[in-house]
Amino acid sequence: MYSLQLLVTNSPFSEEQLQHLNALLPTLTEAQIHWLSGYLAFYRNENTQGATLQALPVAEQAIGANSGIATVSGIAAVPNVAAVQVPKEATILFGSQTGNAQRLAGRLADRLKADGFDVTLSAMNKFKTNELKKAVHLFVLVSTHGEGDPPDNAISFYEFLHGKRAPELKHLKYSVLALGDTSYEFFCKTGQDFDQRLEELGAERLVGRVDCDVDYEEAASGWIQAVADKLSSASAAAAQPLQAAAAAAAATTEAPSAAVVYTRNKPFQAEVIESINLNGRGSDRETRHLELSLEGSGIAYEPGDALGIVPHNDPQLVAELIETLGWKASEQVTTKEGDVLTIEEALTTQYEITVLSKTLLEKFAPFSKNEQFNQLLTDSAKLREYAKGRDLLDLLNDYGPFTWQPSDVVNVLRKIPARLYSIASSIKAHPDEVHLTIRKVQYESHGRERNGVCSVYVSERLEVGDKVSVFVQSNPNFKLPASDETPIIMVGPGTGVAPFRAFMEEREEAGASGKSWLFFGDRHYVTDFLYQTDWQRMLNDGVLTKLEVAFSRDTEQKVYVQHRLLEHAAELYAWLEEGAHIYICGDEKHMAHDVHKALLQIVKEQRNVSEEAAAAYLNELQDAGRYQRDVY
Amino acid sequence: MTSKKKVEPIGGKPSDVEDLKVASNYLRGSLAEQLHNRVTGGLSELDNRLLKFHGSYMQDDRDLRKEREKQKLEPAFQFMLRVVTPGGVATPEQWLVIDELAQKYGNGTIRVTTRQAFQLHGVLKWNLKQTIKGINDTLLTTLAACGDVSRNVMCNPNPLQSKVHEEVYHWSKELTKHLAPRTPAYHEIWLDGEKLENPYKPYSEPADPVEPIYGHVYLPRKFKIGIAVPPSNDIDVYSQDLGFIAVVEKDQLVGFNVTVGGGMGMTHGDTNTYPQLGKVIGFITPDKTLELAEKVVTIQRDYGNRSVRKNARFKYTIDRHGLDWFKEELQDRLGWELAPAREFAFESSGDRYGWAKNYDGTWNVTLFVRSGRIADTEQEQLMTGLREIAKVLKGDFRLTANQNVMIGNIPAKQKAAINKLLKKYNISIGEELSGLRRNALSCVALPTCGLAMAEAERYLPTLLDKLEPILEKYGLRDSEINVRMTGCPNGCARPALGEISFIGKSPGKYNMYLGAGFAGERLNKMYKENIGEEEIIATLEPIIEHYAKDRKKGEHFGDFVIRAGYIKATTDGTNFHSA
Repeated sequence: MYSLQLLVTNSPFSEEQLQHLNALLPTLTEAQIHWLSGYLAFYRNENTQGATLQALPVAEQAIGANSGIATVSGIAAVPNVAAVQVPKEATILFGSQTGNAQRLAGRLADRLKADGFDVTLSAMNKFKTNELKKAVHLFVLVSTHGEGDPPDNAISFYEFLHGKRAPELKHLKYSVLALGDTSYEFFCKTGQDFDQRLEELGAERLVGRVDCDVDYEEAASGWIQAVADKLSSASAAAAQPLQAAAAAAAATTEAPSAAVVYTRNKPFQAEVIESINLNGRGSDRETRHLELSLEGSGIAYEPGDALGIVPHNDPQLVAELIETLGWKASEQVTTKEGDVLTIEEALTTQYEITVLSKTLLEKFAPFSKNEQFNQLLTDSAKLREYAKGRDLLDLLNDYGPFTWQPSDVVNVLRKIPARLYSIASSIKAHPDEVHLTIRKVQYESHGRERNGVCSVYVSERLEVGDKVSVFVQSNPNFKLPASDETPIIMVGPGTGVAPFRAFMEEREEAGASGKSWLFFGDRHYVTDFLYQTDWQRMLNDGVLTKLEVAFSRDTEQKVYVQHRLLEHAAELYAWLEEGAHIYICGDEKHMAHDVHKALLQIVKEQRNVSEEAAAAYLNELQDAGRYQRDVY
Repeated sequence: MTSKKKVEPIGGKPSDVEDLKVASNYLRGSLAEQLHNRVTGGLSELDNRLLKFHGSYMQDDRDLRKEREKQKLEPAFQFMLRVVTPGGVATPEQWLVIDELAQKYGNGTIRVTTRQAFQLHGVLKWNLKQTIKGINDTLLTTLAACGDVSRNVMCNPNPLQSKVHEEVYHWSKELTKHLAPRTPAYHEIWLDGEKLENPYKPYSEPADPVEPIYGHVYLPRKFKIGIAVPPSNDIDVYSQDLGFIAVVEKDQLVGFNVTVGGGMGMTHGDTNTYPQLGKVIGFITPDKTLELAEKVVTIQRDYGNRSVRKNARFKYTIDRHGLDWFKEELQDRLGWELAPAREFAFESSGDRYGWAKNYDGTWNVTLFVRSGRIADTEQEQLMTGLREIAKVLKGDFRLTANQNVMIGNIPAKQKAAINKLLKKYNISIGEELSGLRRNALSCVALPTCGLAMAEAERYLPTLLDKLEPILEKYGLRDSEINVRMTGCPNGCARPALGEISFIGKSPGKYNMYLGAGFAGERLNKMYKENIGEEEIIATLEPIIEHYAKDRKKGEHFGDFVIRAGYIKATTDGTNFHSA
């Protein structure tokens, strides 16, 4: 009756255990299953209580010896143990901007469900805080943004927990998985804050916090494993573990089993089918419109999702590095994955060479006898100051020579992080294609020209016909409204306009009736109006209802999107009152902040309420998923 | 005089432009609203047509069209602004304003047109209002610089007849003013409603409360007026719809011979369209000038072809109904008869370069402006130099009909200073140039003009570089030969009046015309069709060689090619197309 096969991938058992289980389970009768489930629950419960059940050695031995059906079923002496119930609860909360934390939270949830846990999985802003009192196990997965800020959907929970209303949580066991990027000063700060605060509130740390860098896969999997192990050994067995496992397994088989899932570590090689500079002649900017073929990948994505690109480093920079180090480009190294590459290939395709972080600099300590460098390592403020805007070549030039060898590279450098770009197309409008909008970043720092790793790779070295490593990073926190009729307001200056092209193409394909209003801005009208003719066509066809643009360098007084929002305050507020969703995409530091301020002002004035009430209004929108941001 | 023939206007279904004019509510359309549309830097076709009446054309950088389309950008829309400058005269203050606007809102250059107007190029839609306001603030206007109305009235800048200039210039201003549209639309759209003083007394009972002369439909087509002062025919009086030829006795203007029905434009391959020369119909005293002009305009208003735009110019109206009919109709409307024409003679249509002394002891100097483009180049800082001159000049500037600039009324005391500035900025007064280059004229064409089929302004200098060594070889370097090039057959550089002319057919290809009169008294005729540079040179060299050997004393190139049998003389526009 349980036809489904337990596998290493859909269950917590080892290969050897599975052989036994898969042999046994199909032979069981309904009555036997019932009996066994009750027995196991009792058995685990008793075992963790430290009590001994007489049948234990027999049962264990029986299973281990693959001779036990008769033996196990022979123990008919525990008919009532199925009634023994214990708390098997887990609350998993995530705070996620790009969807990584959310995805990992989902993985933990699946794992714990498979282990028979009653799992509550929720975004932090969707979680009713009074539920905390009932929670027994709390798992927090959260990323950190910009200057140590929580992601949008973590803000309200973060503030609640750090505020006066935060409850005592002595009953709670918890663990935190923090996501971040070591190249930022406040690496994993939000996760660290949660970890510390939960401890302050009296909760007990079940598993130590794990801080993940952009290459989080390994560390995160380790944490999930540790949490699952700890819970299994610390809590009672489920009453009906098999059903739970079966459910989990069923869920797994429902997933598109045919399609390979492409990830950072296993990206798809997509062919470049078009690469256009969207900026007209005379512009001081260069924005690539990149069209990639997904043919044969089975990759699907939704508007609002991002595409990760695993870039290659600038070969010239790699050559300079190798020369400075005095290495031979052809020298071979073995990566952690076991691939054998030349050092030139490894530095070009595998490792990050353009960012210095405190962590990285500290890893260089064993390779240096330079007094000044050691001095620098002792002063973390100076260290951060030094790391800012410099790269590996600077380090070698400033504090070299270092004694490290090509074989050390694997342990010292971190893997080159993928760059995420908001997808600029709808797969419905462009089957088997994905479009991106990438602005070339080039600037000078500490006397050297610096190139944005991925943007310059895409703009200068990728040509039509080339292949590029990509994977889809879903972003559940930046999605069109469920209903096609819901009005949408989109604020996307610069490359922030990318997901809105995807939104509008999707709505066009769906023949959606909802109104739409786009706010776009850049520097110059003539050269920097990204996707101008696409918008003009959509306006003309009635797909896009309204379009406001702001070009900051065309007038004496700089005009930005927030000014256009303010100019249309009454109408914009009316749209919100009609139920419109508002989306912001683009630069976080200035734009998103200024736009938020403008929205506050609009709500405040239009409702004629206090600043606090206006903020509460926007918070409610945010909690209801009607104010979404994809900012970077 | 015989009794008047009964003539009905041509009729026919009005063209879409006519409908547009009617619907525009005296040139308003949806211009005001569309100027605020930030999603496009352009205007709809309809609004663009209306915009012409306001002195501006929408254009785009045609060099970038394909590239921008791929970049998902609309064409690089920009606007040309033409400034009405009667007689081409501007004060130093006005010059500085135009110069500043060109730099601030335009493409950093000024174009001197073949009708003595300033042209700014590259103005973005959102800067149009500011620019037009700036122009009006300096007491110039763009109203009626283009469109189906009477355009900027031309007059000879008179380097050698400074006293007469004052008088003809007065009439060019009066004519421009008298025939300006009265619609308040211009002021509403560009000047926030403020209206400049423009007293006007119509010579007939106003039929239309807003536009007493034009009515709400305006003219069927553009209407051009110019005043020539013999012996110079620099304004090409025969190319004007209505021309005035000054009759001067003892340094005093006594009146004008009047010409009607000239015009340059035609369409390739359509022999129903042709360039035509104006015909002299009689003499008037100066006090009759405005009245006569108004009546001529109203005849064209009532009888012009409103159905087929390419046959709508005044020249076709006259050719259709005959000159006699026109004279009668005019006499009916005036209530008096023109006097018989007086004697006159033209010698040339080119400019006289360099310094000349005025009757009152002041000086003037005519500068050579390559293709009418005022810009700084490596060889010559023309734009900067003229700006520096404008800052100190106690005289005026005059744009010539040959796209040059004359600095007039320079006090004797300032002559040396101005000369020094000219030298400092390496500005040419034409002395070192070949006779061909001194008499060369070209329209703007690519990349901004939407009508252009081939290059003109950007290419003519290159072609001249190749023709000059040939002329030099045959000892003709200083021979005055007028050469004209346009990118299309609409005639902005009056190509049908070039001794050698090139009218663009497609990129790099031109129809070549020969045989116009040096003084603008005879049209040319097509000699070769659709030829490129190599063939142009191969064709011209033997004719030039022949001219060098066999020309009679004082014989112009245009006359020689007819005498030598290269081409038949075009005696009237109606035989322009016959071989």
